[in-house]
Amino acid sequence: MANATFRIWRGDKSGGGYKDYPIETSEGMVVLDAVHQIQASQANDLAVRWNCKAGKCGSCSAEVNGFPKLMCMTRLNTLDLTQPVTVQPMQTFPVIRDLVTDVSWNYEVKKTIQKMKTRKPDASDGTWRVNQRDVDRPQEFRKCIECFLCQNVCHVLREHQMFSEFVGPRFFVYAAALEMNPVDAADRVADLKDKHGIGLCNITKCCTHVCPEEIKITDNAIIPLKERVVDEFFDPVRKLFKMFKG
Amino acid sequence: MASYETFEHDVLVIGAGGAGLRAAVEASAAGTKVCVVSKSLLGKAHTVMAEGGMAAAMANVDDRDSWRVHFADTMRGGQYLNNPRMAEIHAKEAPDRVRELEAWGALFDRTKDGRILQRNFGGHRYPRLAHVGDRTGLEMIRTLQDHGVHQGIDFQMEITIVTLLKDGDRIAGAMGYDRERGRFKVYRAKAVVLATGGIGRAYQITSNSWEYTGDGQALAYHAGAKLLDMEFVQFHPTGMVWPPSVKGILVTEGVRGEGGVLRNNKGRRFMFDDIPENYRSSTADNEEEGWRYVTGDKSARRPPELLTRDHVARCIVREVREGRGSPHGGVFLDISWIKEKVQNAPEHIKKKLPSMYHQFKQLGDIDITKEPMEVGPTTHYVMGGVRVDADSQMSCVPGLFAAGECAAGLHGANRLGGNSLSDLLVFGKRAGEFAAKHAKSVSMPKLDSPQVEAAAKAAVAPFERQGGEGPYQIQQTLQDNMQQLAGIVRREDEMTRALELIASLKAKAANVSVYGNREYNAGWHTAMDLDSLLTVSEAVARAGLMRRESRGGHFRDDFPGKDNEWGQYNIEISKAADGSMRVERVPIVPMTGEHQKIVEENK
Ligand SMILES: Cc1cc2nc3c(=O)[nH]c(=O)nc-3n(C[C@H](O)[C@H](O)[C@H](O)COP(=O)(O)OP(=O)(O)OC[C@H]3O[C@@H](n4cnc5c(N)ncnc54)[C@H](O)[C@@H]3O)c2cc1C
Ligand code: SF4
Ligand code: SF4
Ligand code: FES
Repeated sequence: MANATFRIWRGDKSGGGYKDYPIETSEGMVVLDAVHQIQASQANDLAVRWNCKAGKCGSCSAEVNGFPKLMCMTRLNTLDLTQPVTVQPMQTFPVIRDLVTDVSWNYEVKKTIQKMKTRKPDASDGTWRVNQRDVDRPQEFRKCIECFLCQNVCHVLREHQMFSEFVGPRFFVYAAALEMNPVDAADRVADLKDKHGIGLCNITKCCTHVCPEEIKITDNAIIPLKERVVDEFFDPVRKLFKMFKG
Repeated sequence: MASYETFEHDVLVIGAGGAGLRAAVEASAAGTKVCVVSKSLLGKAHTVMAEGGMAAAMANVDDRDSWRVHFADTMRGGQYLNNPRMAEIHAKEAPDRVRELEAWGALFDRTKDGRILQRNFGGHRYPRLAHVGDRTGLEMIRTLQDHGVHQGIDFQMEITIVTLLKDGDRIAGAMGYDRERGRFKVYRAKAVVLATGGIGRAYQITSNSWEYTGDGQALAYHAGAKLLDMEFVQFHPTGMVWPPSVKGILVTEGVRGEGGVLRNNKGRRFMFDDIPENYRSSTADNEEEGWRYVTGDKSARRPPELLTRDHVARCIVREVREGRGSPHGGVFLDISWIKEKVQNAPEHIKKKLPSMYHQFKQLGDIDITKEPMEVGPTTHYVMGGVRVDADSQMSCVPGLFAAGECAAGLHGANRLGGNSLSDLLVFGKRAGEFAAKHAKSVSMPKLDSPQVEAAAKAAVAPFERQGGEGPYQIQQTLQDNMQQLAGIVRREDEMTRALELIASLKAKAANVSVYGNREYNAGWHTAMDLDSLLTVSEAVARAGLMRRESRGGHFRDDFPGKDNEWGQYNIEISKAADGSMRVERVPIVPMTGEHQKIVEENK
């Protein structure tokens, strides 16, 4: 197979730039292999996060030729190797060094979402009887590997930097998983509207397109949550009912 | 003097996989102040990769199952070198630990009547693995993580611990550095729980990530604790073998649990050719019966593909060595054949094994619903680890606990699939509970600044040296060495060579040099992990050399048979006063009369 050039962003929060590294390619190689090869032979101190190398942990998110990707699941044969392949860190989060970004905001945001509130067991053995049908949908959301690629592309965060008003697609997926969990009894709808900024999402579906787990973020999580918000707060009958209830 | 930040907690948990998180949740629920540190980000530990499921005798699918059968299966799988008390606790408590996860938000696959579904796995007599498709580990770690963050636990991510601190004989805390900036951190604590996972990075072909450098085992060893059963490394029979860049990545046993079969290049299901005596009565002797078993026919016996991992791995090695392997040096694993039996097979396979489908499609250009996979053994798990008390998980160092893969005892000579995730829950909880208890009963230990100073100095030394070998070269040489000389099939002369090489690599590691600065410097991080890797590699080779028989994960070409005499001993490793590694034979923990009765009942 042909050799290739990797153009990798090197630097830290004070600045940086691209540096070219020639590599030798072999069959089946992924971008993360290339980065590792460079790290082992040309730049021992190149910073990169990874763990599983199999698309399961969501550590190795970066932008490859401008596309948000898991480096470990991006095969070189899907890229044009006649041109240098650019690899840069996710742009929405502050860079720490080279390809590593500070994603701690995401961990903080998660804490603001009301935790699981277990409803009373319905079976005599102290557990729950739950149909597979009823967990199919939340199971889709639980596939999330927290790679934060969806957060990285969502314009509300990327362009408008609304980190304090908007939790981002990942956490709508998370809230949806809880809301649709048949064993959960909490209600997160008011929070979604008031604290988590679900109204700021204008359904562009950019998040859905980049999700490596192929979660239908917009259609299956965000839109149904938006509907719940409407039902609960903007439906005239429900509103009246709420008023009487005080 | 090096500058460092100091923290004080009752309980310090090192590691944020299933075991560490479960321990932290328990210790914090007991009212102690808990800190969890981990090398990677929260939710990324190895546990996230577990696929097939967690074993618990809930008897949801087959009501003949019970803790007694699970106990007997675990002991048989471990070839009776397991600590029987641990196997008993594990089998008894696993069902509650799994149900607890459900209450905390885990969404398992369901049976028709709405209970937690359980699947077949190698060595388990009945369908026993609670699972979520083939991403059970993700469900488990996410559930524990999300539960834990609301408990006021202090989570500190991307911290690597480099040494344990002691106050006299007892534990006083630990010291490490943050990967982001390279600053030193000192954690003073009344109790420390090691939950650092395995050692797979000592080998070249492995399903394990960069984190698996045996830190917990090495930290404990240097702090005066004992290691047990280090010769027993599990080589999982089915790792990917092609393309080269994915070599070693795991193919879950769940594929075989769902009906996948192993074939050689002659198309023969070679697993039927060699069924060990003690499994003969419970193994199918024809393909039809094997299929009936995986579809839930209670009168059928399990197919030989579901024999224990050590055995299946060796059969694959034999096929390849005798020229019956697949083009890239493995054998064929085929799930697509079930289309002969199941309507809509491609959909069924995708539903049951979504991440396997994905993995092969994306990384290997193979559609597993249409064609067979090529698979071969990969380093997967270490049965050995820190020797702990069965009930409390405390090591012989007061205040030092260990749980999960870095502890030893439950699995003996070979671990059954699915018994790790349940191990994490059962013994993670116990470690947390007893660590909290211990913390409440002792005063805050004293910190000894010379210990800290020495560790800090050693840590920055690689920057100050020039001309030493680079960390990656040393690591790679070690990995090749272990793969060739202390791998699936072992021999006296080879392991002796391995030890010589380890000694020379130790000298090189003492002189390793790195460049750049301390901020997120992968080279430096790799250099810092070398000591652990070399320590555990030496332990594997020394114990392997001593055990002159073949049993479970340890196979000796020069002593291919099982030796009853050796069946009475574990091998224990500790650090001698002169700093050398002491290797001793110690009698196994005997089974009680009741244990023996259970084993007999389930023969
Ligand atoms: C691909 C794969 C599939 C598997 N499938 C199954 C399965 O289906 N069923 C099953 O039962 N088992 C399975 N296993 C085995 C099982 O997943 C592991 O044994 C188990 O997850 C280990 O958990 P743990 O909590 O002990 O450690 P881990 O989850 O590995 O966590 C270790 C933690 O320790 C931290 N750490 C390590 N060293 C240090 C240090 N020096 N300082 C600070 N922190 C440190 C790490 O950062 C990490 O947070 C599988 C394993 C693999 C690799
Ligand atoms: S659909 Fe909504 S959440 Fe997703 S990228 Fe667009 S605006 Fe962001
Ligand atoms: S929803 Fe998808 S893209 Fe977003 S964090 Fe989860 S896995 Fe990544
Ligand atoms: S390394 Fe785990 S997702 Fe890429």
